[in-house]
Amino acid sequence: MASRILVGTRKGTFIVEKANGQWRPRLAGHAGTGVNFVARDPYTGRLWALLGHGHWGAKLSVSDDGGATWADAPAQIKYPEGARYIGQDMYEDASSEFGVGWRISTRPATLAKLWVIGFGAGGRVYVGTIPGGLFVSRDAGASFELNLPLWNHESRGGDLSKGDTVGETKWFGTPASEGGEFAPGIHSIVVDPRDPNRLLVAVSTAGVIETRDGGQTWQSANKGMALEHTPDPEAEWGHDPHYIEQCEGDPDHIWQQNHVGIFYSADAARSWRKVSRPEQGVHFGFPVTVDAKNGRTAWVVPGRSDQQRMAIDGGLFVARTDDGGQTWKALRRGLPQECAYDVVYRHALANKEGVVAFGSTTGNLYVSDDGGEGWTAVANNLPPIYSVRFA
Amino acid sequence: MVTVHLTRHLYSFFPHLEGKQITVEASTVAEVVRALEALAPGIGFYICDERSRLRTHVNIFVGKEMIRDRRGLTDAVAAGDQVHILQALSGG
Repeated sequence: MASRILVGTRKGTFIVEKANGQWRPRLAGHAGTGVNFVARDPYTGRLWALLGHGHWGAKLSVSDDGGATWADAPAQIKYPEGARYIGQDMYEDASSEFGVGWRISTRPATLAKLWVIGFGAGGRVYVGTIPGGLFVSRDAGASFELNLPLWNHESRGGDLSKGDTVGETKWFGTPASEGGEFAPGIHSIVVDPRDPNRLLVAVSTAGVIETRDGGQTWQSANKGMALEHTPDPEAEWGHDPHYIEQCEGDPDHIWQQNHVGIFYSADAARSWRKVSRPEQGVHFGFPVTVDAKNGRTAWVVPGRSDQQRMAIDGGLFVARTDDGGQTWKALRRGLPQECAYDVVYRHALANKEGVVAFGSTTGNLYVSDDGGEGWTAVANNLPPIYSVRFA
Repeated sequence: MVTVHLTRHLYSFFPHLEGKQITVEASTVAEVVRALEALAPGIGFYICDERSRLRTHVNIFVGKEMIRDRRGLTDAVAAGDQVHILQALSGG
């Protein structure tokens, strides 16, 4: 059974281990530094932490001794010379009828945030960033390269490296962006275990994008998504996936917690089906995790609508489906049911071998050893939790 | 030679610089940062972004004057100058 959990928080990396039947957290590095994501490369055993230093920028940190010591990775993520993107800013404009203007400009890219890391066989390491970059390593992290076909994708204005060409972008920003700019970001990376050349990435805000040729070409994978709150519900772009995860043992099964509900694909993201149950409060949220063997079993942590984004009516619960989203079971035992207003971020829910864990921005970390039926509060006073992954 | 003083934050990332007097040969602030990078590989990306611009919330002073060219770091330095690299106090 899973016995080690890596936790990224606003103020450092924590490791939670099970010993003598008890889960115990401890600070394991990066004290005082924002840690957006911590994960273990299953192919090399190396731990990776995605840091946001504030003043000093975003850095990759690695540990080769299970988290005892950490060091800056030898290769850091840097946008190459000429990497440009279309950004959007609102600005004060007294001459405008509305008092503000909307400036769209092509600008050089610099790293704002390291958001997610994924791993593939053969030394592949993938890092998703803001603004909207997918960086790829083919040598286990000794070097990284920006994937240019995705960076220059027609959905974001094409190749802008030659100058001030003004294309049109269908990628929009995320409030998770740091540095004050409302830029798009890649927060989900799914590597198909059957075929390392097939990847899905999810972008806030654009949608899910797929490559089947190792990143040479990319296509949208948003069929069946419904933008019900917009004038064009069937639009190819403009979707706001909050997180996607693939069933490792049954990879055609992919789950998506989206801004507009929970979606499920049983055909490897060729099409999506909405499986929310708003009347049960199972609809809005950020994270989703799928069982590694049974692609029809998934967990979410619902929140109250995008207007509130916190636990519903002060009662925290996890919802699990075992039938591909046809029915959901609210799992509340051991979770606070009064005056709880936790928010669980997109990377802060995970499962492994029957153990389910999640952490909230109020520093609560909960673990269930029985698939979510009952929960134990492992910590209540951690810094705001950004990511929870099993080692 | 130019003497460089770093904020304590930076010593925590590059502890081998702790307690040492840092002196470098340089005629511009950009050259100071390049010389620091040679002493402590990686420190340049803490001070500047990948376009070699000074990070938004970092300040560099030559003597008591804050540098003016945050994009190219062309501000001149001369032998005997004291250069301070600090995090900006950005509130909070």
